[in-house]
Amino acid sequence: MKVLVGIKRVVDHNIRVRAKADGSGAEIASVKMSINPFDEHAVEEAVRLKEAGVVTEIVVVTAGAANAQDVLRHALALGADRAILVETPELLNSLATAKVLREITKREAPQLILMGKQAIDDDAAEIGQMLAAFLNVGQGTFASNLKINDGKIIVVREIDGGQETVELNLPAVVTADLRLNEPRYLKLPNLMMAKKKPLETIALADLGVSATSNVVTINVAEPAARAPGKKLNNVQELIDVLRTQAKVI
Amino acid sequence: MSILVIAEFAAEASAQKIKAATRSAIAAAKVIGADIDVLVLGEDIQSIAQQAANINSVTRVLTLDNSVYAKPLAENFAPVIHCIAKNYSHIIVAATSFGKNLLPRVAALLDVDMVSEVTRIIDANTYVRPLYAGGLNATVQNNEIIKLLTIRPTAFDAAPDANQSAPIESIAVVADDKKLSHFISEHIQHSERPDLSAARVVISGGRSLGSAEKFQETLEPLAAKLNAAIGATRAAVDAGFAPNECQVGQTGTVVAPDLYIAIGVSGAAQHIAGIKDSRMIIAINHDPDAPIFQWADYGLVADLFESTAAITAAL
Repeated sequence: MKVLVGIKRVVDHNIRVRAKADGSGAEIASVKMSINPFDEHAVEEAVRLKEAGVVTEIVVVTAGAANAQDVLRHALALGADRAILVETPELLNSLATAKVLREITKREAPQLILMGKQAIDDDAAEIGQMLAAFLNVGQGTFASNLKINDGKIIVVREIDGGQETVELNLPAVVTADLRLNEPRYLKLPNLMMAKKKPLETIALADLGVSATSNVVTINVAEPAARAPGKKLNNVQELIDVLRTQAKVI
Repeated sequence: MSILVIAEFAAEASAQKIKAATRSAIAAAKVIGADIDVLVLGEDIQSIAQQAANINSVTRVLTLDNSVYAKPLAENFAPVIHCIAKNYSHIIVAATSFGKNLLPRVAALLDVDMVSEVTRIIDANTYVRPLYAGGLNATVQNNEIIKLLTIRPTAFDAAPDANQSAPIESIAVVADDKKLSHFISEHIQHSERPDLSAARVVISGGRSLGSAEKFQETLEPLAAKLNAAIGATRAAVDAGFAPNECQVGQTGTVVAPDLYIAIGVSGAAQHIAGIKDSRMIIAINHDPDAPIFQWADYGLVADLFESTAAITAAL
């Protein structure tokens, strides 16, 4: 069976992002970019399913500018078979991205669509659920475990206070949580080999998806800093704080 | 203009209780200011509907009581909300795992973009939400005809009960099992301690606690004395010191208690994202350069085990 994995190019998780001086957005012009960590778990899971003989082909897709090829190559190096770049200079909101994935799903007809549960730039966690609705299929969000058996997928979901297990008919959309797996380290030969794997580019307009959204960002700013704290000298001072300041005792 | 709030409830002790997060969603709806309908979807939900009807500023409670909705499967819940959505200017749910799973599915059915994890409502169309794990705040304008929002529960004080009771009506939607998904089981950690997301005091431990036993031995007695919930960093959870549901941060639970005590927590940005709205943060760490001290109101550089034991003994 075929798996489609949706990925996103985001600011590397080790970088502290600043607001642009004019408040028009985040300052990402010259910072290190990487594959969204949650999406990397999704790619890893697809590769493991292929290694286990459950999956025959892994297609990765992203929507973005031409430079998003780097994260597609990263996914190919991890073990994906081919890549699709839906090229657009615009930053797409969730709804448009879900529509891109819907169109690619129509073309590719995968049995399973994987992606990270959220992207670490906008932290929205919306696209998988939207795509599942567009396709009228089941959704296994925040997945920490999955098992495919007999046309169905069993997904363990991380929910508030514990875990929930659901069974979905295939095709289905599953969004990866961090505990789904531990992504492998990339080896240099794999990166070289990834350069030879096919990467197709499709213009956004050719999918008939519009980049415009009715939800617009009007300002981006850094939150007010917390007032500087006080260093305590010993445990007794801390106990005094608990008694007199925190008033929890 | 009317607002629809989707209710979430869970078993608490022996009874089903409406979640505090839903009360926060009602409080957020009140900031926008309009009639507030609360939708209770489930099976045997009379008591939940009555609880919702008693909450301050609720205009009306709508119910759909059917075994199809016994478990909160988004595949079955979303079409019901879609059916009644056109009556509303806003649809709001708390940004819990329930709300985050459900509302984007409704958004796609309505073909609208939505706004997630709202932390402040400026006016009916304009909201603030965090980006980059709270490193930045975005002000966004939602020009969709129906505005879908998930609100971060810690950012809105839970709406209290009122002295009166709003009317309860069942909605004329035919229950429909879409048969796309099927609930198998759930495993919810029950503890005598308060719920992590709603506790007044949270005590968190990091990887420097060393082992699951030490984590438990060190934090549990202090948590018992302060009636606190226990949290953990991702590193501590990954090391197996604490269960997944204890994780506090960008990808775990976001907390904003009156008091957050961080013990052996270094203060990674992803952890800070989940605690920085706490009223007071106290950090104990043996490393004077730990980033957590930049966020703590009070910091103590000391041995974790000795100082935690001493505090526990003194209380």
